Amino acid sequence: MEPTTVTRRLDVQGFNCPIPIVKTAKEMKQMAPGELIEVLATDPGSVPDFSAWSKATGNPLIEQSQDGGIYRFVLRKR
Amino acid sequence: MSTTLTKTPSVSIEAAMQPTVPQQEPKLVIFAWSGELDKIWPTLILATTSAAMGQDTTVFFTFWGLFPLVKNEVRITGDTWMQKMLSIMNRGGIDHLKLSKMNFAGAGPAMMHSLAKSHNVASPSELLAMAKEMGVKLIPCQMTMDMMGLKREDLIDGLEAPAGATTALLAAQGASTLFI
Repeated sequence: MEPTTVTRRLDVQGFNCPIPIVKTAKEMKQMAPGELIEVLATDPGSVPDFSAWSKATGNPLIEQSQDGGIYRFVLRKR
Repeated sequence: MSTTLTKTPSVSIEAAMQPTVPQQEPKLVIFAWSGELDKIWPTLILATTSAAMGQDTTVFFTFWGLFPLVKNEVRITGDTWMQKMLSIMNRGGIDHLKLSKMNFAGAGPAMMHSLAKSHNVASPSELLAMAKEMGVKLIPCQMTMDMMGLKREDLIDGLEAPAGATTALLAAQGASTLFI
C-alpha cells in the first residue's frame, strides 16, 4: 500500500522561477518511491509549472491548494 | 509531524492507457554564444529547469559565451596583446556580465541585480552553481579558448573537458536545441 502521509516538507516561499522546481527536484532525488512531499510556494508561476513538471517527470501531483498567496503542492515520488 | 491525506488514485485510467515507454529520452542542448547577462540568465534558468525535469542537459559555451565561465577574480587573460585587450574590453566572470541593452556603463546590470534580489530571483552565479549541482554538462569550446587565449585554469571548476563542434552536435542529436 502506498503511503498517504507527508514525510517531507519543502518551503520555497519567496523564491521565484526556477528555484521552486529545481529545489523540489533536488529534494525528491533523495526520496524513496511512493514517499510524499509537501511544497509551499508563493510564486504564482509555480501553479502551471508544478503541473508541467509532474507531467514531464511522471511524479504524480496528488494535491494542490491555495491559501491566500501561498500555494501548496503534494507530490508522490514515482 | 505528518498530515493525513484523502487517498486519491495516483494514476488515472487515461494515464494508465498511455504507452509507458517513451520513444526517446528528452534532451536539451543549449549553444551559449552570447556572453551577456540578459542571455546567460535565461540560458541558466532553462538549463537548471531542464535538469530538474530529468532531462539530459548540455550547455556548449562558444565565442562570447565563454567569458562568463572565466573565474571572477581572473582579470587579464591571453598571451598576445590582442587577446589581452580583448579581456580588458570584455571582462570575464559570471559576476561581471553586461546587458545587451541599457548597459549604461554598468549601471544597468547593477540595477538588474538589485531588482532580481528584491524579487528573490536567483542570480546567474547561483544558477551556475545549481546547474553544476544538478548535473548539467557545461562544455567550453576548445577552438574559441585557443583563439581568445583562454586557458583551462582561467575558467571555473566543474566544467566538462573542452571540446569542439562535433561533440556539441553529437550531444544535440535527437535533442531540443537552442542557440542563445
